[in-house]
Amino acid sequence: MVKDQEYLEKKASYCLDLAKKLGATDISVNVGNSISETVNFRNKKLDESNRSDNLGIDITTFIGKKKSSISSSNLQEDNLNILIEKCIETTKNTPEDEFNSLPDKDLLAQEVKDFNLYDDTHLENDSKAEYLTRLEAAASRDKKIVNTESSFVENKSNFILANSDGFCKGFKSSSFVASSVAVAKDDKSMERDYEYTHKCHLNDIKNAEELGKKAAEYTLRKLSPKKIGSEKISIIFDKRIAKGILSTFASAISASAISRGTSFLKDKINQKIFSDSVNIFDKPDIFKGQGSRSFDSEGVKTDTLKLVEQGVLKNYLIDTYNGRKLNLKSNGRCGGTSNLYFENGKISYKDLINSNPKCLYITETIGHGSNIVTGDYSVGATGFLIENGEFKHPINEITIAGNFKDMFQNLTLANDLEFEYSTNSPTMMIEGMVVAGK
Amino acid sequence: MSNFFDKSDLNRNEAETIVSDTLKKCDDGELYLENSKSESILLDDNKIKKSSYNSDLGFGFRAVSGEIVAYSHSNEISKNSLKQSSENLKSTLKSAKGNYDYSIPKSNKKYYTNINPIEEKTLNSKIEILNKVNEYLRKKDNNVKQVTANFSGEQKSVEIIRSGGETLTDVRPLVRFNVSVMLEKNGRKESGVYGIGGRQSYDDYLTNDNWKNVCDEAFRIASVNLDSKPAPAGEMKVVLGPGWPAILIHEAIGHGLEGDFNRKKTSAFHNLMGQKVASEGVTIIDDGTLDNRRGSLTIDDEGTPTEKTVLIENGILKNFMQDRLNARLMKTRSTGSGRRENYRHIVLPRMRNTMMLSGKQTQDEMIKSVDRGIFAVSFGGGQVDITSGKFVFNCTEAYEIINGKIGSPIKGATLIGDGPSILKEVSMVGNDMMLDPGIGTCGKAGQGVPVGVAQPSILINKMTVGGTNL
Repeated sequence: MVKDQEYLEKKASYCLDLAKKLGATDISVNVGNSISETVNFRNKKLDESNRSDNLGIDITTFIGKKKSSISSSNLQEDNLNILIEKCIETTKNTPEDEFNSLPDKDLLAQEVKDFNLYDDTHLENDSKAEYLTRLEAAASRDKKIVNTESSFVENKSNFILANSDGFCKGFKSSSFVASSVAVAKDDKSMERDYEYTHKCHLNDIKNAEELGKKAAEYTLRKLSPKKIGSEKISIIFDKRIAKGILSTFASAISASAISRGTSFLKDKINQKIFSDSVNIFDKPDIFKGQGSRSFDSEGVKTDTLKLVEQGVLKNYLIDTYNGRKLNLKSNGRCGGTSNLYFENGKISYKDLINSNPKCLYITETIGHGSNIVTGDYSVGATGFLIENGEFKHPINEITIAGNFKDMFQNLTLANDLEFEYSTNSPTMMIEGMVVAGK
Repeated sequence: MSNFFDKSDLNRNEAETIVSDTLKKCDDGELYLENSKSESILLDDNKIKKSSYNSDLGFGFRAVSGEIVAYSHSNEISKNSLKQSSENLKSTLKSAKGNYDYSIPKSNKKYYTNINPIEEKTLNSKIEILNKVNEYLRKKDNNVKQVTANFSGEQKSVEIIRSGGETLTDVRPLVRFNVSVMLEKNGRKESGVYGIGGRQSYDDYLTNDNWKNVCDEAFRIASVNLDSKPAPAGEMKVVLGPGWPAILIHEAIGHGLEGDFNRKKTSAFHNLMGQKVASEGVTIIDDGTLDNRRGSLTIDDEGTPTEKTVLIENGILKNFMQDRLNARLMKTRSTGSGRRENYRHIVLPRMRNTMMLSGKQTQDEMIKSVDRGIFAVSFGGGQVDITSGKFVFNCTEAYEIINGKIGSPIKGATLIGDGPSILKEVSMVGNDMMLDPGIGTCGKAGQGVPVGVAQPSILINKMTVGGTNL
């Protein structure tokens, strides 16, 4: 069983009291426990089982404007005593930073809303294996599928965030994740693709057969890819890649990148950075939403933010420290976004596919090719060539490149948004990108 | 050396009994105990932004039967906790009927010393160097708009208890010093990063004001990029500089030669043993035995002493990198390549220091032979799709080559290639092999482990450059 609130609160208040006694003027403590059980299958047989029990504590101590932190997985009192003493010592020796402080008291969350993020159901490993057996049977039906690997993870976690201004709150959450990776082979090529499902509640995850079938289908359609020539072309990003572009946008508007001057979106507030119809929200109060929460990692209350309205950048993602540097109040985004999404576009998926006589449909990218300082983007990609709305053939060993400043202005969204994960996007088209191939 | 049973209600004999009892019908397995201490001190935006210390303690208990691995880990080293893990393993392997292999090769060699690098240098002297770095770079040039510098250090003590009570231990120091600088000129921003490190104390890397060299190199890369023009797009010849660009070898070839992918036949190399996979003159080894290098290990995370493993010899595929599980199933021996990020993770076959050895040509000859192409000097990260064999990496410093001469610097572009065929496209191997400065971390299955790479300059006949200039 995951540690209960009472145990975690006791540990947190022990640390608060000791740090105070040793001379800290302000203190913040986060203590958490998560337990996960994983079952992995390979080629329809049990491959691995894994039980993981993680305890962790993070303590930040302030002496005036000096700050330092420690973290540990060992919550025994004698160890905590040594670490807190060390933390105080280090704090004393760390130079002052005028922006260091706990969050403003009036911004702290007053209540923890119940977003229904915890499902107490425990699925025995035998039942996980039974799910995976059905999944793998569905995934390996085609003879060209030569390898399947699938996994089922059940996770339960709980945490308490406490600070010396009296904040002491936390909540339990759970997740059930099933995934399947298939490898298919023909005489010309070997390809891999995947599908997964991730929900807070067991009853909401995808059906095993459906998941296995999808993984196989995605993989088989990639066989015998061709390389294409280099040209300027419109690119359609599958939802799973489109949400990654949305995440890159989020990192470029984090107050830390803005205050350090290392973002291509610095000083762009109230300017039009996307095409007219684009709206971006970060909504923390979605029922069963994977990113839902009442407060951020500093305890600051988290409300819905409209980040982009009709193409215009309206808000940064602000934490206490960088907010003070920018002379802005925290909006509860220390640790990042909650449930981030593009609002639906006006055009259907089908019309999007048909909007150009020739375009590429990208299903996977590899490489770390997003530079948020310059906005330059260049990644390896696989996908399909589309001509007149029809998927012609798979493509491989190409790169796609552009600069986000232009890409955002040339972006069109379909109206097929679904709330599957914590960051979600409809299918996305960006015109005028450069493909490098032959 | 940590005593893991010091403050526990569990003593060593009891632990050994539980291990032997749990693993008696298994093919392999061990209790892996780990105590690590790490620190990070970061200067950013003119201030010491972070001074943090972490202490991590835990165990991972593994039982292996046939192809099945059962694993359980916890932070609480106690009788209850270990017994619960034991029950978990037994319930997964209800019908286990393995034959425990007791043999672990022995070696007295050590490739680093037991120091705790965190305690070898005071906090104040670390902060002093970080402040000097900041001052030095900001004074150096008016275009310097941001400086980030950090020290990170670690000491990891591990103990492996095998069935029958055999115990293996290792204490591993690791440090890294890193500088990143951002320049701005005429509204254009570019950054440059450089770092050094390995398994010694910080001061071994910082003698003679060596931190200045690190600053100068980061500054030089950023300055070059300030003048860069858009990179070309399409297939062309590529000359790779020596040292760190060997992450090409790591991504394109290294991962595909790890035992697990080949046992599972998901690697493009699985049926190529003994065959020609590279041009003549190409020899690639993976070596865990270089003194004090970032990727070196005295023993791997299963207790096997590391070694120098020849992967490709003069173009011919000779060996895969193996941990005990994949070695047993492929009827070969472990190459001491079984690694894990920490006690939370299972062991996988991983790279250590992966190196392409020197040939006979000079870098000059390579550049002169290229009509149109690029010269890549430094890279950011890379990634590979093991199954299709396609790999990418991102240039952080590169130049165009026109008519045998190095031309303008070009913007960061992704290069993409095909792992199994790329080494056949190597047409010249330089005489200038160099090790990287000690900065690599390799990710696989969510686990990051420190690695090293090395190579001479090489000429690749054909790669796709992912620029924007058609």
